[in-house]
Amino acid sequence: MRTDKSAQGKWKAAFRAAFPLTLPICIGFLFLGMSYGFLMKSSGFATIWTAAMSLFIFAGSMEFIAMNLLLASFNPIYSFLLTLMVNARHLFYGISMLERYRGMGWKKPYLVFGLCDETFSINCTAKVPQGVDRGTFYLIVTMLNQCYWVTGAIAGSLLGNILTFNTEGLDFVMTALFTVMLVNQWEEKKDHRPAIAGIAASLLCLLVFGSDIFLIPAMAAIVLIFAFMAKREAV
Amino acid sequence: MTTGQQIITIALVVLGTVLTRALPFIIFPEGRKPPKFISYLGTVLPYAVIGMLVVYCLRDAVFSSWHALPELIAIAITAIVHKIRHNTLLSIAIGTAAYMLLVQNIF
Repeated sequence: MRTDKSAQGKWKAAFRAAFPLTLPICIGFLFLGMSYGFLMKSSGFATIWTAAMSLFIFAGSMEFIAMNLLLASFNPIYSFLLTLMVNARHLFYGISMLERYRGMGWKKPYLVFGLCDETFSINCTAKVPQGVDRGTFYLIVTMLNQCYWVTGAIAGSLLGNILTFNTEGLDFVMTALFTVMLVNQWEEKKDHRPAIAGIAASLLCLLVFGSDIFLIPAMAAIVLIFAFMAKREAV
Repeated sequence: MTTGQQIITIALVVLGTVLTRALPFIIFPEGRKPPKFISYLGTVLPYAVIGMLVVYCLRDAVFSSWHALPELIAIAITAIVHKIRHNTLLSIAIGTAAYMLLVQNIF
């Protein structure tokens, strides 16, 4: 009984710490998920497809692209390579989370599976309060975010466009979320070079290579900058 | 596309996505110490990636007719509110409301 209670307390404490941090994502994912579900429905896909894709792919922008892949002619190799290209940024998330996700045991496969942009941004920057189990906290953030997305997508597919107010611009919640994290990081770390490298390399590559493929050269540039910095610091 | 082909396509997208997320954990498993440079990347990348994500959010706006001007204004508002109050939800709410007002009424 006693262990039951403390296990319950562990989940409760982690939920209390994690839930408020996921609220902006709740709004963003319900909204974006609904537009995705609605779009899938309008393109002729039954709700079961929307549910399966949002559950198993669980990568927002990739799901919109996957829908277009399904509507085009069958091209498995292109579909696979395109996925690798669009999602290459996840490699950076994994490298950043190697240390934090160490020793997570049975939770780890799911934590890695659910490592989308938004989940990464919270789990990577959040200061998990003392007394809260880190693994449980990470797990709840990942699960909540996926619930929001899947719920939004299914609702959009079933109900269509139910939002009656003008929602134009609501998707800015994600940009605002990342902006807030950028400010937090800026104040927390004295050395601003990593942040500046990330912004400058991405912006420059966006202007040079265009919006479709800029992330890959940007990531290469960022790694190069850090290789250079590591070498200088080692000397 | 047949249903079978659709399922194969989705499976490949799932595989590709999982692969990009899992690869670092597969290459650098828990038992072994990752190379020094990878550990170093692990400490600096989080700061670069969040900046990268902000730019990623602007990727289409930059090439629109206003060249991301409403986005930049709303980002500035979000950052200033956050600098003053340090309340995440408040900063995001005000920033998003400001952006919606801007794109619905002015731009």
